[in-house]
Amino acid sequence: MGLTRLLLAALLCLSFTAQAQQKFITVASTTSTEQSGLFKHLLPAFEKKTGIQVRVVALGTGQAIDLGKRGDADVAFVHDQEAEEKAVAEGAFVDRREVMYNDFIVVGPKSDPAKAKGREVVAALKKISEAKAPFASRGDKSGTHSAERRLWKEAGVDPQQGKGSWYRETGSGMGPTLNTASGMNAYALADRGTWLSFKNRGDLAILVEGDKRLFNQYGVMLVNPEKHPNVKKSEGMAFINWVTSPEGQKTIADYKIGGEQLFFPNAKQ
Amino acid sequence: MILPLRLEGVTYRRIIEPLTLELGAGPSTIILGANGAGKSVLMRLMHGLLAPTHGKVSWSGENPRRHQAMVFQRPVMLRRSALANVVYALKIAGVADAHRAAMGALEEVGLAHLARRSARVLSGGEQQRLALARAWALHPQVLFLDEPTASLDPSATREIEALIRAFDAAGTKVVMATHNLGQARRLGDEVLFIHQGRLVERAPVDQFFSKPASAEAAAFIKGELPWV
Amino acid sequence: MHSILEAIRAAVGLIASGDATLGEIVLLSLSVSLSAVALATLLGLPLGAAIAVGRFPGRRAIIVLLNALMGLPPVVVGLVVYLLLSRAGPLGELGLLFTPVAMVIAQTILILPIIAALCRQSVEDAWREYEEQLRSLGAERAGAALTVLWDIRFSLLTAVLAGLGRASAEVGAVMIVGGNIDGVTRVMTTTIALETSKGDLPLALGLGIVLIAIVLALNAAAYLVKEAAQRRYG
Repeated sequence: MGLTRLLLAALLCLSFTAQAQQKFITVASTTSTEQSGLFKHLLPAFEKKTGIQVRVVALGTGQAIDLGKRGDADVAFVHDQEAEEKAVAEGAFVDRREVMYNDFIVVGPKSDPAKAKGREVVAALKKISEAKAPFASRGDKSGTHSAERRLWKEAGVDPQQGKGSWYRETGSGMGPTLNTASGMNAYALADRGTWLSFKNRGDLAILVEGDKRLFNQYGVMLVNPEKHPNVKKSEGMAFINWVTSPEGQKTIADYKIGGEQLFFPNAKQ
Repeated sequence: MILPLRLEGVTYRRIIEPLTLELGAGPSTIILGANGAGKSVLMRLMHGLLAPTHGKVSWSGENPRRHQAMVFQRPVMLRRSALANVVYALKIAGVADAHRAAMGALEEVGLAHLARRSARVLSGGEQQRLALARAWALHPQVLFLDEPTASLDPSATREIEALIRAFDAAGTKVVMATHNLGQARRLGDEVLFIHQGRLVERAPVDQFFSKPASAEAAAFIKGELPWV
Repeated sequence: MHSILEAIRAAVGLIASGDATLGEIVLLSLSVSLSAVALATLLGLPLGAAIAVGRFPGRRAIIVLLNALMGLPPVVVGLVVYLLLSRAGPLGELGLLFTPVAMVIAQTILILPIIAALCRQSVEDAWREYEEQLRSLGAERAGAALTVLWDIRFSLLTAVLAGLGRASAEVGAVMIVGGNIDGVTRVMTTTIALETSKGDLPLALGLGIVLIAIVLALNAAAYLVKEAAQRRYG
């Protein structure tokens, strides 16, 4: 009996190694990008064309960049321009290109107690803080969280004043934060992609959209091979070149949820 | 020949007081005494399962461990067939052709027909016979038995006693602990009477039962077991 | 109540449709957890037996430590293994991070104490019964320990099942060292976590039901094996 278990384990180990024979790259990206479903649509096309499998590890933007700095990924595909450019300046990454943008929205209870609805996000945040209406924040070093912090700053509000009462930091990804907002009937800043595929909306609806400040730029960059010789330079560059190519850009634009386009390609040709 | 066995000033914690005796080849020795007198501890000291607190236990000859065997009150069998249990003991002892020797031992005790049966599903009496077969297969010079029939019914007891008598007749030194007076008379040549951890009396069996020299022995035989 | 009914419907739908992705995920989950159990059993049973019958200084402290390690938090194990396997870490050269092998390593570390500690207890209890007889027959300590270990193999099944339960249930370790990569390191528990965070609660619950059903089936099978052995060997 113990022997059959040993044999089974040996077979399973062999099956793992077989899988490792195919060419692949590791891309560090964000949970919101993965949860939007973009990769399921985008990556098969790339794999078909080049035979390179793309393995996406989805974390927060900060963690994704850290992953690249440690050399555990080949490429980073995130959306925090400031952090990305800083990382490139530090020499951790090279070859940063702009890929696409999507937008953020402010969601909240349909009853809108803070009267935040409209096209102006800064004004909306001011009203939310004045009304001390519950607000769920990701609080997790992510691109979304950085964007949120910048908007509060522009509104002249320090949300930390409301920490523990109306301002709630979940320390987690977009989905769990929306779960919390839905459960608490709170406002939240979310990326449109996650919102469109989010199924647990409860009483929440989109209240603020279209403000230019809500545009969320995505960048893709290669982990510096000089810092980490194990980086798969040619395959990684193949990926970067492809997503910024006309073909890759079109594939991005073709991704729709319920007929709505989520991501808008803007790579410089 | 590993006998004689010598115990010199042997004590064990508070259970056995300084004890000096010599066991020679030949007569079957009964260690007799009430429950708690220290019979089992004494057997284990002799067999080497316990180390004495003070004093010395010494055998003669070479490789004493290999030429002894012990049967306990409750037989301990592995979850294997009866045959496999005997083979196991023979393999440890390095006996060649263990299978054949094991079958022979099973035949001696009348268990050959149960050779392939799982040992633990046998009855209590059958398992004790199996324990004797296991000991027999090793052809020990000394066989220790610690109250071997205390857990058995009368018919199983008779079978075991018959086998012990056969061991004795074949030349094995039998050393048996029991509190059963009838059994002592039936199987023993000499008696070592233990009382509260002391060797109180040693005598040939007939003499012990007809003319006990010590008051404790007399009381024990009369059935007035003194409370410890 | 509504979501639970939806969940059951989702679960049945998943299984009935013979969804290929679900099949892949279930197969990977079983591969990883069973491999970890096999490895932890191989290492843990002799370890437990050795501690049970051995006599060495600090033995009691080691027993307490081993028992305490049964409660190792999976996420902490994941973190430590991650730091070891990361390119920036000592074993980075092996390139094992974000592979199923890393997940097996992490789970093995997690359940090794469980299997070893429970085995130690079982062997120690059995040792009381066997020790005298085996020593009387001349068996030396190590050989006797292995004999006892083999003899009580069916009651050791409980320890192994405890390890399997822990491995298939945990998400913290495999999430960190595996990265939950679609098609490569995504297992049942990490998928449930993902679907929950996407807000697809019925699907998550449905997957949970499938997971529980599988573990239940494995336990039932093991119980029947144990019963059959009891009848045969006594």
